[in-house]
Amino acid sequence: MSSILFDAPGPKARSRYRILGVVTALVILLIVGFVVLRFAQSGQFEAKKWQLFTFPLVQQTIAQSVGATLSAFATAAVLSLVLGVLLAFGRLSDRRWISAPCYGFTELFRAVPLLILMMIFYYGLPTVGVQGITPFTAVVAGLVLYNGSVLAEVFRAGIESLPRGQSEAGYAIGLPKSKVMTSILLPQAVRSMLPVIISQLVVILKDTALGFIVTYNEILFQAKYFGSQIQYGSPIIPAAIVAAVLYVGMCLILAAFAKWLERRLSRKPGAAVTPAAAVPAEV
Amino acid sequence: MNTLLNNSDLFITGFRNTLILFFFSAIFALVLGTVVAALRVSPVPAMRATATLYVNIVRNTPLTLVLFFFALGYPKLGLVPIDFTTAAIIGLSLYTATYVAEAVRSGINTVPVGQAEAARAIGLPFTQTLTLVILPQAFRAVIPPMFSVFIALLKNTTVAAGFSVFEAGAIRANLSERGEPALTGLLWVALVFIILVFILSALQRKLEQKWKVSR
Repeated sequence: MSSILFDAPGPKARSRYRILGVVTALVILLIVGFVVLRFAQSGQFEAKKWQLFTFPLVQQTIAQSVGATLSAFATAAVLSLVLGVLLAFGRLSDRRWISAPCYGFTELFRAVPLLILMMIFYYGLPTVGVQGITPFTAVVAGLVLYNGSVLAEVFRAGIESLPRGQSEAGYAIGLPKSKVMTSILLPQAVRSMLPVIISQLVVILKDTALGFIVTYNEILFQAKYFGSQIQYGSPIIPAAIVAAVLYVGMCLILAAFAKWLERRLSRKPGAAVTPAAAVPAEV
Repeated sequence: MNTLLNNSDLFITGFRNTLILFFFSAIFALVLGTVVAALRVSPVPAMRATATLYVNIVRNTPLTLVLFFFALGYPKLGLVPIDFTTAAIIGLSLYTATYVAEAVRSGINTVPVGQAEAARAIGLPFTQTLTLVILPQAFRAVIPPMFSVFIALLKNTTVAAGFSVFEAGAIRANLSERGEPALTGLLWVALVFIILVFILSALQRKLEQKWKVSR
């Protein structure tokens, strides 16, 4: 794509680009070097600040918090996909008393900030007598309502973008609407929307970090706890670095998986309809 | 209703700070995001690589972690001290800029090839091709995704409540100190957000109509 924006460089332009490249590299090195130098000067790389993370018990706790993040992510991902499909079907229903509430539901939950949703569950509901709200349920419920609504729009757009002939052919061979939806339209919609669906799953994974604010015991919450240990020199920056590596790693793995899946699905068009429909539920 | 009226001071300050966070972050993110998008299509490989690396890393980091670093980690570095609001604006801008960059880049891709070719044919260099010909058209095409980015930014400002900024997300904590019911307060906050999002979507529709690309 970028090649149409500029001509193929001649000898002069090539040397200019080379100079610009070196300048860019120098600027980046300068910035990174300054940050690293600042980290070093303020003692962020001292052994004392990192010692905490060498204890087996601390590593175990970090592993547990990764487990907490992943379990919130997995639960929320599966439930949001289910809710998304249900809401998409609801919005495409011919009966107004089904489609109108589904429309209202998706618009409502896409407009409310996710954190406010989690707070409503965690701080709000117990005051009106709802029992048994743990931080986990609050985080998952917020994630499911928000991402379910977003995914509903994705599924709907996917279904509506399919050629009309698909549903017409389904009706022509005598399938009822429910069958046309579930066995003809949805599998194809999921396949064409797979990149968007996976990037929404990355969003769910990232948003589990909001659990930090409603005291869910996930990676960032642990990072703050370890970061405030004064006897180890309050290693808040080392803790943030550890959390960043964990999050970026998990998201990149998920993104790489998405790329692999996309390549795999595009390799054999027409054959992989059933696996495509089954895959998101496994994620 | 009483919860809202009796504590209108909290709600007004809270949402004023939310809007301050939103406006400053939106402007910085728009500028930075456009620059990053331009870098990503530039002829210099080092610039493209830098911008891609930045977008890939920040997009895969939770916003909470970005704010965590700027609000709690940055003060430990002994640099120029900044207050929590500034820290939140920096974090939100850096995070949102990656999404703006992706939106602008997708807009650049929608501009017909002939436009860039015509610009090159009359001898414009890359910077002029981009700023005079491509970007003005790209911006018109990306109004809907750009507004989704800004709506997400507006909602994301609530995360700053977890890092000592008094804005809409922090209204609940202050209400419960005054002994007000938490649920009612939160529902009011949610309602105001729905109204704000509605205003932004109306603005989006208006801009779309005004700047419709005629091809």
